[in-house]
Parts: sequence; C-alpha cells; structure tokens
Amino acid sequence: MKVDIILCGVGGQGILSIATIIGEAAMNENLYIKQAEVHGMSQRGGDVQSNLRISSSPIASDLIPRGKADVIISMEPMEALRYAPCLAPDGWVITSSVPFVNIPNYPDVDSLHQALAELPHVVSLDIEQLAKDAAIPRSANMILLGAAQRALGIDFDKLCDAVRRVFARKGDAVVEANLRALAIGRDAR
Amino acid sequence: MKQLLLGDEAIALGAIHAGLSGVYAYPGTPSTEITEFIQGNALARERGLHSRWCTNEKTAMEAALGMSFMGKRALVCMKHVGLNVCADPFVNSAMTGVGGGVVVLVADDPSMHSSQDEQDSRHYGRFAMIPTFEPSSQQEAYDMMAVAFDYSERQCLPVLMRVTTRMAHSRAVVEVADEARPENAINYDAQAANWVLLPANARRRNDIVCAQQPQLEADAAVSPYNVLTDAPDHSLGIIASGIAYNYVCECFADGCPYPLLKISQYPLPKTLVRRLLDACQRVIVVEEGQPFIEEQVRGVAESRHILGRLTGELPRTGELTPDCVAKALKAQLAINDGQCADTKDSHAHAPLSIENKPLVVPRPPALCQGCGHRDVYTALNQVLQEYDHARVFGDIGCYTLGFLPPYRAIHSCVDMGASITMAKGAADAGQWPAVAIIGDSTFTHSGMTGLLDAINENADITVIISDNLTTAMTGGQDSAGTNKFEAICRGLGVPDEHLHVVVPLPKNMPEITRIIREEINYHGVSVIIPRRECIQTFKRHAKEKKNSKQ
Repeated sequence: MKVDIILCGVGGQGILSIATIIGEAAMNENLYIKQAEVHGMSQRGGDVQSNLRISSSPIASDLIPRGKADVIISMEPMEALRYAPCLAPDGWVITSSVPFVNIPNYPDVDSLHQALAELPHVVSLDIEQLAKDAAIPRSANMILLGAAQRALGIDFDKLCDAVRRVFARKGDAVVEANLRALAIGRDAR
Repeated sequence: MKQLLLGDEAIALGAIHAGLSGVYAYPGTPSTEITEFIQGNALARERGLHSRWCTNEKTAMEAALGMSFMGKRALVCMKHVGLNVCADPFVNSAMTGVGGGVVVLVADDPSMHSSQDEQDSRHYGRFAMIPTFEPSSQQEAYDMMAVAFDYSERQCLPVLMRVTTRMAHSRAVVEVADEARPENAINYDAQAANWVLLPANARRRNDIVCAQQPQLEADAAVSPYNVLTDAPDHSLGIIASGIAYNYVCECFADGCPYPLLKISQYPLPKTLVRRLLDACQRVIVVEEGQPFIEEQVRGVAESRHILGRLTGELPRTGELTPDCVAKALKAQLAINDGQCADTKDSHAHAPLSIENKPLVVPRPPALCQGCGHRDVYTALNQVLQEYDHARVFGDIGCYTLGFLPPYRAIHSCVDMGASITMAKGAADAGQWPAVAIIGDSTFTHSGMTGLLDAINENADITVIISDNLTTAMTGGQDSAGTNKFEAICRGLGVPDEHLHVVVPLPKNMPEITRIIREEINYHGVSVIIPRRECIQTFKRHAKEKKNSKQ
C-alpha cells in the first residue's frame, strides 16, 4: 500500500487538520508516514501545501516527486490547479469548488472549473454550503476529507476512529460534528 | 514507543530524553517548534527545565555556556541567520570548551521560504572547529541528540547540529525511549582557566582544539551515521548528506546501483571519501545547501571527476527536490549507457492558462485583515506623500510585508535591528525624512543598541516601534520587552516630549498622522509606539478565555 497526497489551500483554511487525521489513521494502522509542512511567512494568507506520504514499506523522500501524487486534496479550486502538474496520470483531485479571493487578479472562475474538469478524476464540492446546510460551518475541511476517503484507500471507520482520538479533548460536540462532516463528504461525491 | 513527530519535535524530545537542563532560543522559522515542544512537554515541566524565550540568539548561546560551565546539558536553537547574531560566543565556545554538553541546533532554510539568505551553517562548524551532525531522518534526529550530548562532553566541545527546512518541518513516525536520562548534577570541576579567554589561555586552548581535529575526523570515519555502501557499478559514486540522502534513495526503489557514501557527521571523513573516489570513475555530490562537501572533495581528487552544484549537474542554489536529484542521476546513467537522458516526466494534464491568461496566479502572503501594522502603514504613507524623497527603513517581521502592494511602504530590510541603524546612517548622509519601522520583538532583539547610537548623536530620525505585544511572524511567542518599551526608550535617552504611544485603529488616523508629521519635522530622535495586540494572538486569547469560562 502506498499513497502520495498533496494537501493544499490558503493559509488558515485547515489543511493541517486534514493531514493530522490522515496521519493519525495511518499511524494506527502501523503504516510508514512522511509529511512535509509549510510554516512561517507563507501562512499569512498565502498559498500553503503539505506533502503527505503513506506506505506499508519505508519511505525515503519527504517530498513527492513531480507527477507521482496519487491524490490532491484542496480547500480551494485555483490551488488545486496549481498542483496539477504534480498529479500522476491517473490521480484524483478532491477539491472545494469555492474560490478564496484575496488577490486582485484572481482568474475567471468558470474557466478555472473547466480546466479542472479536464483532469482525469475530479471531485469538486461546495463544502462550505454543505457545511452550512448541516449547521456545522467549522467542519468544511472534514467534509472534504470524507469525499477523499475512497481515493485515499483508508477505511471510513478508521478515519472516524482518528477523528474521535484527535478531537476527543475538544469535547463530544466537536467530535460529533466532524464525524457527521466525514459522512456528508463520503455521501456527497 | 512510537510517536508521529515533526523533525523539530523529534529533536526536542531527543534532548529532553538525553538529560537536558535548559533550552535557550529566539524564535525563527524553521527552528521555533523545538523550544515550543519543550515548553509544552510534561516531563520538561516536571523537571523545571529552562525553556523561556531569550531576547536574541547571542544571549541564548551565552546562557547555555553558563549552564554548561556548571556541568549541566544545554541546547541552543536558532535559524541559520541567528547563528550570525551569536557568532561571537559560538566561535569562542570552541576556545572555552564545555563542561556539561552543549548542542547548538541550527535550522537552515535553503530556498529562503522565510529567510533573507541561504547560508549553510556547516561552514560555521568547520570555521569554529566544532564537530557537526546532520541527521537524514526524524529518527536519526531523535537518536543523535543523546549521541551529540555525550560526544560534546567527551570532546569538551560544543556540537553543531544542522538541519534544513524539510527535516525541521516534516513529520514521521519515530521510535522513542520510554524514559529519560537524569539531568547532570552541578559540577564544580570545570577547568576554570579555560573559561577565561585571555590570550595566554586562548592560545593554549587553540592548540588543543587544533590537535583534536584529526581525532574528530577519525571518529567521523567510524561513525554509524557515515556509511559507505558498495555496489557493483563503479562508473559512478554518490556522496549524499543529510536529507539529500533520502532524495537519492527515492530514485532507486530497488537499491542504489552505485557505491553510496552517506554523510551525517563532520569533519568530513576523508578516508571514506578517498575510498569512494579511488573506486569510482566519477563522483556526484548531493547535498542540501551550499557545495560544502563538494568543495572539500575537490581538494582530495582531480576535480574533473567531481560533479555537483559547482558543475551544474545540480542547481547551484535553492532547495534540492527529489526531481532535480533524479534528473542529475538519470543524466549520469544515460552517459554510462551512451544515451540521451530521458528527463520527460509524465503527469496528469490540465490547461494552466486560457487565451494566454494564466489560470493559476501567485498568492503572496499578506498582513492579516485587522492587523495593526496595516493602520500604521496607512498613516505613514498618508504623511510621507507630503515629502519629496522620504525613505523608510524596514526590519524583520510580519511588517516586512509592507513592502508589497497595496502599501509599498518600505525601502529596506536587511537584518534584525537594521532599520534604526540604517535610518541613522542615511540621516548622517543628509537624508530627511529618515524613518525606521521595527517590531517590538525585533527592537529588543537588536534594535536597542542602534537607538543608543542615534540618541548619542541626536540623529535626525523618526523611529516607529510597531508593538503588537508578541513575536508574531513565528506564530506568537512571548516578546521580551512587552510592557517595557517606554521605560527602555526613556532609559536610552529618548526625551519624553518625543516619545508617543498611539493605538493603531482607523478611528485614530487623524491623531496618528499628526504625531508622525510633527516628529518628522522635529530634527532629532523621536520614537512613536503604535500598540495594539496581534490579531492572531488576540483571537487565540479570546478563544482561551471563552473556553475557560465554560
């Protein structure tokens, strides 16, 4: 088993929480993990990404070679497209469809979605609306993770267990909201 | 026990388990998480290990030497440019030697993700004759801390541990010990004369440290971290250090077909290098940072057989990636086979532009919405447009982003504290208005001494200390001077009538602009302190308050 994942978005959108849940689930399965993160200056509203590699055999590089990513999980559509050249020919893109516009020259949104649609396997979801409809606006990132579950090849139950462990200290309500978010994401795609 | 740890966290836990008594550090990406981990660690708290932030890297290094002098183990952490700030005590620490072990952990930032240059700290280790470790994995980083402290005490020298961004900020599963070695007891047996660097003592110590060097190199040759692995194809040999070793391994899923020398401990063991060079027709050096090994290896063998960053096989600057390493190695493979290199990569395709308009545009970092620095720059720009040639000297911190649109407000950013001293130098040259803008933490780090210079000559400068009550850029660590800035400025000699505190909010714009204008028109040193908490720490504190009420 080997999955190379690129997580991306804009600083503050919660991509590291997604990484934490996947990492927790993978560690519990005794898999090897490497996860390169971005800290520091680029977190101030700039583009951020994390390389997450999971494998049943030892992993050498902390970074994923270009064209080898199996899955891109993106909190933002333009950021998903930024990493398209990293994606393997048959890789999956799971992205939020909602643009985060904090720059004056943000590209035309329809063209952006058309370009994304040309990739082989794309799931594009309005995770913010889904989160709002379910009254769990702060769990949009877990909806995205739920939608990515099949592409990741990690059992849904294992992700749920990881959510329970990671969010346990934040209380039952937070755990419950994030479990619901995972299920909404899984069922939405 | 297995834990999923950042490289920085593995280092921190390794140090605690090695019997650490104190960590001394100033925050700096990518080293900050080491000290933060120790601050939050239960055993460290139980043992009362020192972990409070220092004012700068020099005070940190010196405090660590003091702890070592008393026989206890100390860790100093910084980013690469911090080593410039503490270069004086760092280099001299080889002359004093150590009592309790000292490890100086420096996190280099090749490709300058959050830095001003891409200097390679291994040069400092060699320059100061201090043994240097460079882990290639998070597990090695954890394991090496105990080895480094032991080695430091055995050799009576500090040990430099060099990591790079991808080691510091990458997570992996690390097998850690279940219990920690006890701390050292206070020890009064330190060789007192060694610590007094009068010329007579320093000369004696210099001879000793020089005489130690062959032994340090011999130790590196038999270190378990420096491994020469033979392989059948001797047309090429590979030297790979630190994290670059992983990129080489990534290229050869079924094992490296060439002899491979992994380097993680210096001085560079020339016997191992010589053995590789003698066996192979060509050797490529793959190292993160500057061509440190490559330059030394060129002194050992005929340089035309040595390939690397100096010969263009690998990029001269910037971070290595598995891709550029694979390209360099594939090119060598192709030469061996008499073929052209196949460097085409295969990936999923999507149009990245439409009708020549890019669909992916840069998203640079920006000052947060609601940040007080924004209001400071708005006010400053409003006033300075009244002058023909105003110059604003910036400094290191979030507010460096004031260079970018929409503010375009600063003309320089060089190193910690340079805003005040550069403004003074410009004023000495006849510039007016000369404005310095510096953050609260940067001011206490390296700005205070410069302000004293300016006061002593009553330089015609206006200093803005934009005080957000924290070290914001690195994530909101405590700032050494909080609540002390007026007293510090008065103490240095800033006259009361030219020392102002304002609250940077849009509603206060008339007052702030009036004060800035008046103080620019005053021909002497004035200090304006716009003070409002960082919006990020404000949100965090509000949340903590809410949670504690529940």
